[in-house]
Amino acid sequence: MADTYIKHQYEPILPKKDEWPVVKLSKSRKDFIRKVADASKKSVLEITAGNIDLLREELETTLYREKLRIKQNPWAVDPDDEKEFWGNVKSGMVQLSADGSLTKTQKKKKYLEILDDITMRYSEEIASNFIHSHYKVTRRIVTFGFSRLLNAARVKGFKSIFSNQFSLQDKIQIVGETDQIRELASKGTIVMVPTHFSNLDSILIGWIISVLGLPPFIYGAGLNLFNISIFSYFMNALGAYKVDRRKKNLIYLETLKTYSSEALQFGVHSLFFPGGTRSRSGMIEKKLKLGLLSTAVEAQRANFERGEDDVSGKIFIVPVTINYHFVLEAPSLIQEHLALTGQERYYKESDEFSTSYKISKFLVKFFTKGSDISVSVGKALDVLGNYVDNEGNSIDRNGRKIDTKDYFLYNGKVTVDAQREEEYTYHLGKRIVEEFHKINRVFSSHLVAFTAFQMIKRENKKMDLYNLLRLPEEDVVLIYHEFKEECQKVLNKIRELEAESKVQIAPHMKSDIDSIIDHGLANVGMYHAKRPLVKNSMGNIETQDLNLLYYYHNRLHGYDLEKLF
Amino acid sequence: MTSKNSSKEKSVGVVGMGSFGTAIANILSEKSKVIAYVRRTEVVDEINQKHTVEGELINPEIFATQDPEYLCKSCNTIFFMVPSSAFQDVIRAFSPFLYPYHLIIHGTKGLCLNLPQGKTLEDVGKINREDILTMSEVIMKETVVVRVGCLAGPNLARELYLGQPAATVVASKYNEVILEGQRLLRTDRFQVYGNSDIVGVELSGVLKNIIAIAAGALAGMGLGENAKGLLISRGMVELVYLGNALGGSLKSFIGLAGIGDLVATCNSTLSRNYTVGFRLAKGEKLDDILDTMEEVAEGVNTIKLMKAFVEGTGKRAPITENLYKVLFEDLKIEEALQYLMKYPFSVDVDFL
Repeated sequence: MADTYIKHQYEPILPKKDEWPVVKLSKSRKDFIRKVADASKKSVLEITAGNIDLLREELETTLYREKLRIKQNPWAVDPDDEKEFWGNVKSGMVQLSADGSLTKTQKKKKYLEILDDITMRYSEEIASNFIHSHYKVTRRIVTFGFSRLLNAARVKGFKSIFSNQFSLQDKIQIVGETDQIRELASKGTIVMVPTHFSNLDSILIGWIISVLGLPPFIYGAGLNLFNISIFSYFMNALGAYKVDRRKKNLIYLETLKTYSSEALQFGVHSLFFPGGTRSRSGMIEKKLKLGLLSTAVEAQRANFERGEDDVSGKIFIVPVTINYHFVLEAPSLIQEHLALTGQERYYKESDEFSTSYKISKFLVKFFTKGSDISVSVGKALDVLGNYVDNEGNSIDRNGRKIDTKDYFLYNGKVTVDAQREEEYTYHLGKRIVEEFHKINRVFSSHLVAFTAFQMIKRENKKMDLYNLLRLPEEDVVLIYHEFKEECQKVLNKIRELEAESKVQIAPHMKSDIDSIIDHGLANVGMYHAKRPLVKNSMGNIETQDLNLLYYYHNRLHGYDLEKLF
Repeated sequence: MTSKNSSKEKSVGVVGMGSFGTAIANILSEKSKVIAYVRRTEVVDEINQKHTVEGELINPEIFATQDPEYLCKSCNTIFFMVPSSAFQDVIRAFSPFLYPYHLIIHGTKGLCLNLPQGKTLEDVGKINREDILTMSEVIMKETVVVRVGCLAGPNLARELYLGQPAATVVASKYNEVILEGQRLLRTDRFQVYGNSDIVGVELSGVLKNIIAIAAGALAGMGLGENAKGLLISRGMVELVYLGNALGGSLKSFIGLAGIGDLVATCNSTLSRNYTVGFRLAKGEKLDDILDTMEEVAEGVNTIKLMKAFVEGTGKRAPITENLYKVLFEDLKIEEALQYLMKYPFSVDVDFL
């Protein structure tokens, strides 16, 4: 059950790499890209309702924005022939509008050709480049490298570097429905949806997928990460496709969604970070980005439309939470969050993960000190958010088997209804958020941070959040025995919630309250220069950074625990 | 889209043959085959043999059954037209036979309580939004059906039955439910509008019943049109205020299901809620009135719930609060009216 950490290496469910969907996809890469380009073209035409003026407008907007982007915001990863390509598109457009001799159908044909060029180029740009040998190397580096570091840190002495006393799974604990995800991955297509707090998440999840014996998943990674060579290598190896957040034009977004949807229909397991980006506030994602999620619903309907009614055509959504004591990027994330919500004009994207050096430094820190991570794998859902059993059947609240296909029927036939699917996606998003809260694991550090911040807030009732966070840190002291009492109160409530299966609790929370508090204080944001919580010489509780305290406190937001204060 | 003549076309279900259910079943039967669910055997026999309900003739093609499973299997779209007090039980009886391919549209203008098991309103006293369910929320909670809609508007059953021109709103988050409602219900005497704010439309129909009781009371006291004008407009403010607090949008309250229905019910002696107020003002006791009414006046229960909600959320709703005292605490109607006349309303309209 929830308490037992899974600590063994699973046999791969598909031992031969040629059977991996992602390998199959990369073998038919060329055909697949063509298919994505065609399908994207079709959906752009649907959106513009076959109206040639609307299409021209979209093309012009795209062209204008792309030219602007090339000029104002060039990146190292951008291909060299970009200028040329868009130059050609431009001259093509200019010629077309100047040429009065063409008939309407001729014109339409020409515009379609331009659209085709663009969707083809975008599909190429987005497509992942999975190379099996790279994947193997990466997996070995991650597992081997991490466990060397770990043993060096934990087993004292010169020879420790060769010790195998600790494996990575002591450090990163996996809990939850691991057997189910393995079972379902061999039957249908998995969409894993993890919470997202740190840039480390994608590598971590990649490692977990391999430990569970699952074939690699593809996922969309921000193109900015490909700017960094070390990340670029890892990402490509793990099957990442590229998401360029600078491109917001309709044609690009449609191509991106089509890519995801077609890959799912192809049967490739995928990974979505449904929050879209790292959680800035430290809260569990409440509002999900529905764009990518909608592709799961769409792919499921498309499978049903083609008559793939059995489990092989079914798509399973598996929520996953990643629980940390410490998030490297926390200081800048919370700054950004406050700047955004405080509606200050100034907003700059800064990134701790900007250089390979900083990442390595973090990894060393991470493994040489005792900060644990746990990953909980939730129960699988169908695209409407119903639980599924290990055979892949959807089960309703009363334990009755239901057919997901029924949701897409109108008068007995599978019908395409964009508005319906939009609602379904919204519904699925809500269900995922609910599941996140249920499988979230409470750590001692979350408990102390939450309690401390709520106590400070209660003592300064009249202040709004921004004023509160501007309090001079040296003025904030919490008397230990009061703090302990409040911690106990919160803990009791959390245990009640656990009994109702509304949250999970890490095993280190089983001891007495003093030890839990000590554990929490030692771990909360432990590598930050300024610590969110410390014990002073009098044994009372102080903070060195209120913003950080607020960040770690937010992890327990959404359980109504605030009512205790 | 398939037409009525297609042999594969399924029937349309109507659950509950009260006066509104019967009127809707009649309208539906103009275009589709209708299967009606009723609980009592006498009514099944009456419909299938005499083609009447309560002695009133209905379309002879309407077929009645007591079997939820049969109805669910024969229909893709089902209209639930049962009072809120029985709604949960009926939905639970149907739930095992409902599947995600079903579309449900309901026409019930009431609310349900959603308290932890074993608790009653008397135990808790005050309630919040989570403790209240609209009928579409009941359907979503008890069944796997997600494509849910509701029917609301100035639809006095008697007038519909007589075939007088009228209009209604079908509200749903799903366009296909609205379109299906329009396809099935629209005739040259019945206009069907669509609205995507289903909760707002449900609340319009629910909350207007409070004002309808008040309107009946004013009439029962022999007051005239000035008083009624005052009540409708102040009632509208209260309706918008409570409706917003419950999650509906203003647009729906000033539409057909809100103002449209409010005006119709406040002027009609055909309305059950109006009748309750009218008879109260004539000096009858609430229990006696309810005992002698053939069908449920939803407004009475709504007032009870809204009073607890207002207390639970620290809001004020003077009309509702005073009606509560009249209904359940023996306050004289004249005194309640006095209180309202002294209440420091200052701004005419503050919600637009």
